[in-house]
Amino acid sequence: MSVLVFIDQADGHIKKSSFEAASYGAALAQQSGVSAEGIVLGAVTDDLTALGKYGLKKIHTVAGAALDHLDAQVYTAVLAQAVTATGATVVVFSNNLSGKAIAPRLSARIKAGLVSGAVALPDTSNGFVVKKNVFSGKAFANVAINTAVKIIALSPNSYHVVSGDGVAEVAALSVTVDTPKVTVSSVNKIVGEVPLSEAELVVSGGRGLKGPENWALVTDFAKLIGAATACSRPVADVGWRPHHEHVGQTGLAIAPNLYFAIGISGAIQHLAGVNRSKVIVVINKDPEAPFFKAADYGIVGDAFEVMPKIIDAVKKLKGA
Amino acid sequence: MKILVCISKTPDTTAKIAFTDNNTKFAADGVQWIINPYDEWYALVRAIELKEADPSTILHLVTVGGADTEPIIRKALALGGDEAIRVNADSHDSFYIAAQIAAVAQAGGYDLIFTGKETIDYNGSSIGGMVAELLGLPYVSMATKFDIANGTATIVREIEGGEETDQVSVPVVVSCQKGMAEQRIPNMKGIMGARSKPLKVQEPVAAEVLTSIISFDLPPAKAGVKLVSPDTPEELVRLLHEEAKVI
Ligand SMILES: Cc1cc2nc3c(=O)[nH]c(=O)nc-3n(C[C@H](O)[C@H](O)[C@H](O)COP(=O)(O)OP(=O)(O)OC[C@H]3O[C@@H](n4cnc5c(N)ncnc54)[C@H](O)[C@@H]3O)c2cc1C
Repeated sequence: MSVLVFIDQADGHIKKSSFEAASYGAALAQQSGVSAEGIVLGAVTDDLTALGKYGLKKIHTVAGAALDHLDAQVYTAVLAQAVTATGATVVVFSNNLSGKAIAPRLSARIKAGLVSGAVALPDTSNGFVVKKNVFSGKAFANVAINTAVKIIALSPNSYHVVSGDGVAEVAALSVTVDTPKVTVSSVNKIVGEVPLSEAELVVSGGRGLKGPENWALVTDFAKLIGAATACSRPVADVGWRPHHEHVGQTGLAIAPNLYFAIGISGAIQHLAGVNRSKVIVVINKDPEAPFFKAADYGIVGDAFEVMPKIIDAVKKLKGA
Repeated sequence: MKILVCISKTPDTTAKIAFTDNNTKFAADGVQWIINPYDEWYALVRAIELKEADPSTILHLVTVGGADTEPIIRKALALGGDEAIRVNADSHDSFYIAAQIAAVAQAGGYDLIFTGKETIDYNGSSIGGMVAELLGLPYVSMATKFDIANGTATIVREIEGGEETDQVSVPVVVSCQKGMAEQRIPNMKGIMGARSKPLKVQEPVAAEVLTSIISFDLPPAKAGVKLVSPDTPEELVRLLHEEAKVI
């Protein structure tokens, strides 16, 4: 018996969401008195023994050119073999784009119940019940998994990374790797930006900023505090900002430590994607803007006057 | 070419989210229902565009749900599509639903199966992947562009940290999101025409239920906003640094 954590990697590097999944898997293993192991597919340059810090005892690796791109079908077949080989009773993924591609397939393949978007460790006092996001962040459901093997896809930024000492043993796992049916002809990476789904701090702009020429108020501030940038839907729709920055009910749902909203009204569909943020700050000139009801801190004021002063104050703070 | 589009019914985006029966059931009273936006705006509209480009295309819609889903499926038919299949079953278990769709897909021999990237109520993002696995088909998730020529699909999809362009021979299962197509409003001709399109009701196949919802919770209410004067924005920075400790 063990907990098996899928360690996601991009270009050979392990992603933060995987450290969260590893920490979660290790805590779950401890709760059930079993060991936590990880599995990494494809070529990795990072030191895998360091995953021991997050509580993983052993890392299984599978290499091969067929695993260079994440092909849901090929990855699933490998993971199904790994579940058998390791005797895993729980498989943990991050519910990021990779987890969303593979976890459901694995669930159907090995008939293991899946909870995607989990936000807490399972309650095992009566069965195996996992809390997950539903209604796009407006509520939670407690879902029982009724199968012997269970799959949990952990919502990014919902479980803190726990790191200590520990060195994981790394060993190649011998499995069959199929040939992908999907051919990848090009890959386009967004470089040098914090990916929004993983960002701890997010600065976001809405229609109140009037036009793309004013976006320095968002991007300068974001850069200064090391935040990712986001926007409301109309802003992406008119092309002021790229689509991948659109957050909300029909965009990305995020849960950063800080969501800093500038010139966004806080429509219910926008709130659905951001209301799990730990701290929400709203800058809006309209005191009636619905966003203030969901905010922790706010300034009723003109963003064009307030933001330059905030930027200056942060510069001072960082300089001190 | 034969296309199957999966349609789910979800509460309107402005619906009040509340629960009844000791927090075990969604309070559906007075709730307006819509087609799940990802199914409608992206999966369905892109499929309709493909049919417009090649009128010999057969476009079917499938939903798994009770008779109360029929207004939604008629709304979808008003946008386009030749006929709809409703599998008469009510379930919140993704695997059970996927098994029903896979059975319909198997019987119909479709080249393309489109789903939305997730539903806005249960946020599972699971149906596409599960259907693909049950049918042994390749699965391209989170597609933002889709084109097809001579049985080979070219698909752009979002991956962690960027995007990727894929080529794959049909049959294939694709989950769709923003970028695939633009939202359409049904016109009068479509609405009238939808009434006479076949809506076949089919009983479910036997399938396992792997998960069950025990209860719901609402997030704790916020304590209330702490307002800082616009004349002293530096005070906000201090609070974020010292009190909230986020910067
Ligand atoms: C089915 C559906 C799904 C949707 N999904 C989403 C979604 O996923 N994400 C999303 O964001 N929206 C979504 N929407 C749209 C949503 O309803 C709102 O229309 C949208 O969020 C508004 O964007 P906004 O706040 O940028 O613009 P507005 O509503 O126009 O608000 C602009 C705000 O800026 C303020 N402002 C103006 N000038 C200044 C200034 N100088 N300084 C400070 N403040 C200023 C105004 O007071 C106002 O509050 C959806 C809508 C529907 C119907």
